[in-house]
Amino acid sequence: MPLLSVSGLQVRYGAVEAVRGVDFEINEGEIVTLLGANGAGKSSTLNALVGLVPVAGGRVVFDGEDITDHAPERLAPMGMTLSPEGRRVFGTLTVEENLRMGAYGITDKAAISAAWERVFDLFPILHERRAQFAGTLSGGQQQMLAVGRALMSGPRLLLLDEPSLGLAPKIVEQVFDLIALLRDQGVTLVVVEQNVGMALEVADRGYVLSGGEITTRGTARELAEAGDLQAAYLGAD
Amino acid sequence: MDLFLQQTTNALALGGTYALLALGLAVVFSIMGLINFAHGELMTISGYTLMYAGAAGLPFAVSVPLAILAAMVAAVAMERIAFRPVRNGSGATMLITSFAVAMILQVLFQNLISARSQAVLLPAILSESVHVGGLIIGVNKIVAIAATVVMLIFLDQFMSKQKTGIAMRAAAEDFAVARLMGIRANTVIAGAFALSGLLAGVAAVLWVSQRASVDPLMGFTPVLKAFIAAILGGLGSLRGAVAGGFALGFIEVYLAAFLPQHMQEFRDPIGLSIVVLILLVRPNGLVPSRVLGAIKV
Repeated sequence: MPLLSVSGLQVRYGAVEAVRGVDFEINEGEIVTLLGANGAGKSSTLNALVGLVPVAGGRVVFDGEDITDHAPERLAPMGMTLSPEGRRVFGTLTVEENLRMGAYGITDKAAISAAWERVFDLFPILHERRAQFAGTLSGGQQQMLAVGRALMSGPRLLLLDEPSLGLAPKIVEQVFDLIALLRDQGVTLVVVEQNVGMALEVADRGYVLSGGEITTRGTARELAEAGDLQAAYLGAD
Repeated sequence: MDLFLQQTTNALALGGTYALLALGLAVVFSIMGLINFAHGELMTISGYTLMYAGAAGLPFAVSVPLAILAAMVAAVAMERIAFRPVRNGSGATMLITSFAVAMILQVLFQNLISARSQAVLLPAILSESVHVGGLIIGVNKIVAIAATVVMLIFLDQFMSKQKTGIAMRAAAEDFAVARLMGIRANTVIAGAFALSGLLAGVAAVLWVSQRASVDPLMGFTPVLKAFIAAILGGLGSLRGAVAGGFALGFIEVYLAAFLPQHMQEFRDPIGLSIVVLILLVRPNGLVPSRVLGAIKV
């Protein structure tokens, strides 16, 4: 049984159909990437999965439970969370408070202290800066905080929306190393990316979205070998 | 000099009350973008509770917590009954709703209690004065200043140490992401209203203890002032609400004390002109909100 299965997912903003009947599955332990140009419906898909935008049609099943109409606050305790596009750390809260909020929905004290240890282990810089306001961190540090905050709930499925957006190339590499590391730690990941090359390097499988529909699917190697992907589906850089 | 110090004490007492009220408005506004004009009616509810509790012979030490509790319960009920259904409406929808709530409550007070002002029994000590280094200070003023300080410390600790308080700050900055963390929208919003009720209740007790009476429109003037204070301080900013409350208190009291006799009838317009001048220089208020304009879902 897949960890997450999405069938016929639709998202509408007024008259605009952003996602038109998307089907895909995520298996435990995988890294799956959703690729596509701006406005292809990638972020809308992720936001619909976690309930930030209403699902207009279709079904989302996580770990055997239908979560199609679940409010966002119910998902983190179930083991699924999203690190949103643009990082969106709480800039007026300290690093420590941001992380504390990440574990808000978790009641298991042992799990929370393990999460603190894990996050500070992964990101020593966050420990160093824990008393600082998140708004004063650099872009790369904010991305680490955003991922760290998401990890505080001990997710089994972590959705990352454009984790490399606006970061320096060296930091982008660190982000993708981190994604691989998290998978090795047993986290299943869905990564939305515009950085196709890096995404396919780390992912097991991928889906290409265009105009709110999945146009291509396959293993990362198949997609990478399709070569003209960048030009055909994403609009060449 | 003595007169000046005397008036400064008065300004601290009045400004503190404005600050508590402005904070109540700001806590709710920062989280759900609602300017709750029915905040004044929370004060009135508190005032009537104080009156009935006094009339029933309860000791003041019991009626005060009761009065504060009444405002908190009323605030949470207000959110549940009136504001939750329009939570996703526009700012204008919520504003009109709050006017409706205020008017309905005023009419209920007028018809079910009395349109006229009612006396509230207060302990005699509140109307006494003490001599402090040549100054004569009313006990009620000292109580008001002390209560304000206690409430400000409490609020600061709550917002920086308590999980719910931090969650309220997170939700004020980015409600959608806060929900992703598992922070329940209903919890933080109900929490914000309970907190605003607590602040309104304390302010009401202080307000009534300066006047010893309560009437159906009691809450209108102080909350209008608190609204001005919140804008002056920076709408949505908690520190701003405190700064604005004290600033307005000082402006009002000093004008009343030091404006020449023949200009006293222009006191309020002069006071408001000062507020407008400050806003011309600092359009976002004394302590602007750092998160105003943040995405809200």
